[in-house]
Amino acid sequence: MFLTDSEKAMRDGAEGPAVEAAMDLLIRYSAALDAERLCDIRNVAGTMTQPSPVKARLVKEHGWDKAFAVINLDSDGDFEVPPMAVPTCQLQHGFGADALDIVPYPKQNIELQASAEAFYGRHGVNILATCTPYQVGNLPLRGEHCAWMESSAVIYANSVLGARTNCEGIASTGAASLTGKIPCWGNHRAENRYGTHHIEVSVRVDNFQDWGMLGYFAGGIAGEDHPVITGSISRPDLTELKHFGAAAATSGGVELYHIPGITPEAATAEAAFAGATLPEPAVYGPAERQAVYETLNEIGTSADVDFVLLGCPHASVDQMRRTAAALDGRRLSPSTELWIMAPRALKDVADRSGYTEVIERAGGRILADSCPAMSRAAPKGTRVFATDSAKQVHYLPAILGIEAWFGTLEECVDAAVTGRWNGALR
Amino acid sequence: MSKVILHGRTVVPGVVSGEALVSHEPISGWGGIDPARGVIIERRHELVGVCFTGKVLVFPSAKGSSGWSGFFQTTRLNGTAPIGMVIGRISAKSALGAVVTRVPAVTDLDQDPCEAIVTGDWVRIDNGVVEVLSGTGGMTPALPEMEGQK
Repeated sequence: MFLTDSEKAMRDGAEGPAVEAAMDLLIRYSAALDAERLCDIRNVAGTMTQPSPVKARLVKEHGWDKAFAVINLDSDGDFEVPPMAVPTCQLQHGFGADALDIVPYPKQNIELQASAEAFYGRHGVNILATCTPYQVGNLPLRGEHCAWMESSAVIYANSVLGARTNCEGIASTGAASLTGKIPCWGNHRAENRYGTHHIEVSVRVDNFQDWGMLGYFAGGIAGEDHPVITGSISRPDLTELKHFGAAAATSGGVELYHIPGITPEAATAEAAFAGATLPEPAVYGPAERQAVYETLNEIGTSADVDFVLLGCPHASVDQMRRTAAALDGRRLSPSTELWIMAPRALKDVADRSGYTEVIERAGGRILADSCPAMSRAAPKGTRVFATDSAKQVHYLPAILGIEAWFGTLEECVDAAVTGRWNGALR
Repeated sequence: MSKVILHGRTVVPGVVSGEALVSHEPISGWGGIDPARGVIIERRHELVGVCFTGKVLVFPSAKGSSGWSGFFQTTRLNGTAPIGMVIGRISAKSALGAVVTRVPAVTDLDQDPCEAIVTGDWVRIDNGVVEVLSGTGGMTPALPEMEGQK
């Protein structure tokens, strides 16, 4: 592959052993991708602070520098971690101390993460602690090359913002943070960003639940490719596209989609396909909508709901406001808990706006930093949960071995108040 | 016993041989495997409950969360990793995953590996070349007593 003189110097150790290890990983990774060269980036979203058993062992035995080398650079070397070379943020991770009496979550994880935040904060990592960095100050520009992890954030950055990132991993974002480089491959190249699959929507899609179901369908059709959505869709908002993308990245591996007239790289359907003839569409009509709904609900058998989970990906202020409105003056069933996951910065907005107080008066909680899937933690004794997230209903049953229901925010709130699932596709 | 040779592109250089575990469906890392046990845990997956430790994992593509590579790196650190990967279609997730699992891996083959290889076949990855021996019961075919076996 082609390396610039400064990249060769990094590879040869001119900027120290940590940068050398980072460049070694990027070269191995580029070879695996068959990438011709690296591109310059100055926006990294990765994960360094998330507790794990392997990380706890490495930190205990060798300290944080070693843990970073092994996990975030895939290196066996011993060296000190230098400051981040480019702006780098921490995505969602484990729960913090404020969740201690709410979430059954190991205290040693909370302590390990606090130690990690101190270490990485000193090295210049912005602890955003959310799967939605684009909601709280990391909003890349159109055409900006990034190295992001978190499939729901990657698809949002590529599709809604027109930024350019592949679905990076822990080691590639770690190496990018010390070099400002990432393989110039896949979504970084304009010729790879056109649509591949056409999905024609023939049933009305105009709310959060329907955007999520359409996303789940689109992922099933497009796999790792680029669906282009046309037809009877309303103009979506941030919250709906956050759900759509998370779902498409869950059922398939979609990292980029186009909605002509709405997303920035496709003024028209023809433009989305580089001027070529539109492929024969896959139709999303009433039967397909019904089938997606049934797939997302096939794991539920018991209607006794112990746990309601909202905010996957992390909630917008609008979702917290709507949840507060749905809970106002009501009280949760004594056998059911309700958690909303949110970025800490937006929880602060909910606190100031009075939404948190309304939700807590009803018995619900807004929790920051994490989610039950990341932290493998739900209220004690949970057997059946309900959610408005197509992504979470897909993953959480496998991770926690529980049953699941998928519905609207209002159906989920009703389940939390009555303790019973009463959802239906309307 | 039949022998097939597939030609492709090296993802991670190296030579390894062993029993194939073939998935026809894409594999998820985060939420899809348990790296402590080396087992596929995705509920709707054709291989749910199956262990890939010590096997050559043959799969069409990686899907789901960007935790993919980190989860497979953890299988290496836990000693539960596959010994090789044959990947139908490469992506950033699976490329980085193979790199940090540090096992020989290959992609862009001249036949669909998920059709050409069957679970239990004996597979040898030698950089970009995959040699497949069917009907060996997953055993090394060099053993003379295996020669007559169907």
